[in-house]
Amino acid sequence: MNPQQLTIISARNGLRNKEFSCVDLVGACFGRTRDHDGDIRAFLSLDEERSLAEAEEVDRKIKNKEPLRALEGIPVAVKDIIATKGLRTTAASKILENFIPAHDATVVTRLKQAGAIIVGKVNCDEFAHGSSTENSAFGPSHNPWDLSRSPGGSSGGSAAALAAGFCLAALGTDTGGSTRQPAGWCNLYGLRPTYGRISRHGIISMTSSTDTPGIFAKTAEDMALVLSLLAGHDPSHDATSLPSPVDDYQSKLDMPLQGITIGLPKEFFVGSNGPSEEVVSQAIGQFEALGASTKQVSLPHTLYAIAAYYIITPSEISSNLGRFDGVRYGHRSDKANTLLEVYTKTRGENFGPETKRRIMLGTYALSSGYYDAYYKKAQKVRTIIADEVKKVLNEVDVLLTPVSPHPAIKLGEKASDPLAMYLEDVYMITAAMAGIPALSVPAGFVGGLPVGVQLMAKQLGEATLLRAAHQYEKATDWTTQHAKL
Amino acid sequence: MAEKISKKEVQKIAKLARLELTSEEVGQYAKELSAILGYISQLEEVDTEGMAITSQVTGLSSVMREDTVDACDSPEGLVALAPERQDGLVKVKAVFSAQGGSASGGE
Repeated sequence: MNPQQLTIISARNGLRNKEFSCVDLVGACFGRTRDHDGDIRAFLSLDEERSLAEAEEVDRKIKNKEPLRALEGIPVAVKDIIATKGLRTTAASKILENFIPAHDATVVTRLKQAGAIIVGKVNCDEFAHGSSTENSAFGPSHNPWDLSRSPGGSSGGSAAALAAGFCLAALGTDTGGSTRQPAGWCNLYGLRPTYGRISRHGIISMTSSTDTPGIFAKTAEDMALVLSLLAGHDPSHDATSLPSPVDDYQSKLDMPLQGITIGLPKEFFVGSNGPSEEVVSQAIGQFEALGASTKQVSLPHTLYAIAAYYIITPSEISSNLGRFDGVRYGHRSDKANTLLEVYTKTRGENFGPETKRRIMLGTYALSSGYYDAYYKKAQKVRTIIADEVKKVLNEVDVLLTPVSPHPAIKLGEKASDPLAMYLEDVYMITAAMAGIPALSVPAGFVGGLPVGVQLMAKQLGEATLLRAAHQYEKATDWTTQHAKL
Repeated sequence: MAEKISKKEVQKIAKLARLELTSEEVGQYAKELSAILGYISQLEEVDTEGMAITSQVTGLSSVMREDTVDACDSPEGLVALAPERQDGLVKVKAVFSAQGGSASGGE
């Protein structure tokens, strides 16, 4: 059995129809991990023994014809910035190298309540600061489609593990594109939900005002299923979680696209996307063939999104990462003689270069004399960007754009230029600024490397995104293609 | 905006951020932060006269809940995460130095 060829839906049927046992399924995922993760390096921690014990319990339930929950026995990998009780959670940072959380994140609790098996924790850029996994303190992950390339980031380990067949779904996070970009580079769906639609409780905070959990899945149907289980109000843990009722994502997948209007923001199509632009054009043609109408729209302040983002994000990081001071958890420097040195040496020795860079930038932007010129200015520009996209989404149902300007980059290609790496996020920041949902959809290949298109909708418009993606998926065969290992 | 960040300023920011940097890092961040802030200075082109800052994006503000007693993670489990412990408490270096004044570097 090759788990690459299974979806959650097909695995659920396979288990229920006794085509294979849950121990077979989970064992196959660990078998592939043993064979290939030496090259891919997706996992930072594996939980094999407990996973197999849980799989045996699922097989017992199936044998006894007990009711099975929505994700019963489905192997899922979780980004290592998401707290898992009793299972090491490092945020890919040396400062948390031995951190074993005392609680589960809400998304993990919900996965477990649905019967999913958490097979392990996957690599990312340190504290999710990056777009390639090269900022991980434990080394980069490799793209299953081309091992010399990055799987994207920051949730690159999540994408690599799913594309390699080490699991059937994966959790990431998306602050400025960290789920959508790796999904696009690995031929997967990657969802950034509406801000507050899925609880952030238990996710190590980076940029609280734009952080969201992210979901990786192989098909729109799988995505709709996982989203329906993770979405919802979490009043006692996350004050920003939305009380609105959860939509019925699955039942709306089959609605045809006649009458849907897709907006194409002209600022996202300026001829700078190389061969990927051709893939995106073909996808637009396919959506039109399915009955959607398209319309050019304009988001003129898109140009300023990265500049605003790289003030707001480091500012919130410098504040959020203040908690890592060597007192309550994580490493403490053994070279410190005073309390002040405990802070400065612990942080100096254990944070990596990009994390330090962002803490420095944010501390500067928030410091006395600069706050108005940088932070307040950026937050005003954010209001303009968010208002602009919300207004356009009153005229069209969906916005379609590229995910990235190009397919997966070579490892090392941009690692030494922090600003060049920031520009990777150009098409994905708008959704983060406005708190709207955005979905990366597999749309084809350039030179054997996957290319995604991004769909955005108004807040709580996830059902529209998934429906559009599902109709497109039925008319194409991209999701049936898998990385050869 | 778009000013060059000097090594001295980097050292000042590092102190505020409670971050010990090597002299090599100080030089590197002076260069990199100047380049990044140079890019960010394009925000000056945007007319933000009269615009409100973004303080929320979904319409929720001042969210309240009932102040009730609820189960929480075990105190022992949380203290166990600390790098140094004594008698069930988190152990830290002296907060006040022998010479008087705070040892935590507050200004």
